Amino acid sequence: MSKHHEELTGPAARAAALEALMKEKGLVTDEFIDAVVETYSEKVGPRNGARVVAKAWVDAAYLERLLANGKDAIAELGFEGPEGDVVAVCNTDDVHNVVVCTLCSCYPWTVLGLPPAWYKSPEYRARMVREPLTLLAEMGCDVPDDVEVRVWDSSAEKRYLVVPQRPDGTDGLDEDKLADVVTRDSMIGVARL
Amino acid sequence: MNGPHDVGGADGFGPVVREGSGEPWHLRIHAIAVAGMLSAGYGTPEFRHAIERIPPARYLASSYYERWMTATASLLVERGVVTSEEVGDAFPLAGPVRAPRLPEPGSDVTEPRFTVGDGVRVRNTHPFGHTRCPRYVRGRRGTIVRYDGPCNFDDVEAHSDGKRLEPLYCVRFEASELWGDASEGGTVNVDLFESYLEAT
Repeated sequence: MSKHHEELTGPAARAAALEALMKEKGLVTDEFIDAVVETYSEKVGPRNGARVVAKAWVDAAYLERLLANGKDAIAELGFEGPEGDVVAVCNTDDVHNVVVCTLCSCYPWTVLGLPPAWYKSPEYRARMVREPLTLLAEMGCDVPDDVEVRVWDSSAEKRYLVVPQRPDGTDGLDEDKLADVVTRDSMIGVARL
Repeated sequence: MNGPHDVGGADGFGPVVREGSGEPWHLRIHAIAVAGMLSAGYGTPEFRHAIERIPPARYLASSYYERWMTATASLLVERGVVTSEEVGDAFPLAGPVRAPRLPEPGSDVTEPRFTVGDGVRVRNTHPFGHTRCPRYVRGRRGTIVRYDGPCNFDDVEAHSDGKRLEPLYCVRFEASELWGDASEGGTVNVDLFESYLEAT
């Protein structure tokens, strides 16, 4: 296929054609598209989740509220929106949690933003439920032998946020500095801090 | 439906590739998909079902946002908002809905049949319509670890103009119950609606 033909028939061209058709029919406006693009490229992202985790590390009462009702505890920090009905699951010395959506790509948008492409890939979705130790190791996340892996397949209303263990050597850090330590992957469960 | 989306436990996919950022059209299609739902009056379950109806070979060969694009175009054509001629031949569409349209969503179920700690078995059902019950847990035994209250039942909303509630649970399966000798240990925890489950 020539480069020119690819430009006419590839997904980017089809996306532009669908956008043009929907605008012609009055089903969508540039203002609406721009607002969605701005929201997901600038306003929501894993920094929100990092702030939730950092607060849970320093405030035992907040952690308790987070575990009892994730959605409400997250809303306390001002984070609300679609895909926001969150269940927080805590890593401990005995348990490592990891999140997947085998059927589609359910993900806690309000705290982590939109999922990375690999989270939505059939590779990740197929393998994490069946061979979590192998896949975690491949992704650079080594779980000690005596730690139980709990996989959460978010197949319905709930979205999962992993609360990683607070790493050693962070005793002197305030909440803002602690949030810098928390990575997106640690809140999905494919990394340990 | 036992569609190409239901990949949990499938082999042969290879390594997870962590590539870089997305392309500019991805977020625009995200917005367009949301606009399609709002303007043509279908919800997330029906949208997900349209993605599931993409023929398997094309589903697996498509990127995530290509699937969103195909589902949106398909639903707009199916709803009569645009014509297939307007969408054009170059645009691949999803396959037909095989489950019957429900004339009524039915009555809400608000009293849970199970409680945390109960043993359950997932019914071995294979509906042609939308379901949030993955194949890899069907027929398997687990334990209820969380009750989430009555929630909107996606399986009904996908095929009805209305909605109904049904109790939702998180069910914990020992990995060995799901994968036998090939298990790597630990547990898999899956959110399942009450009508997927029977007492053990």
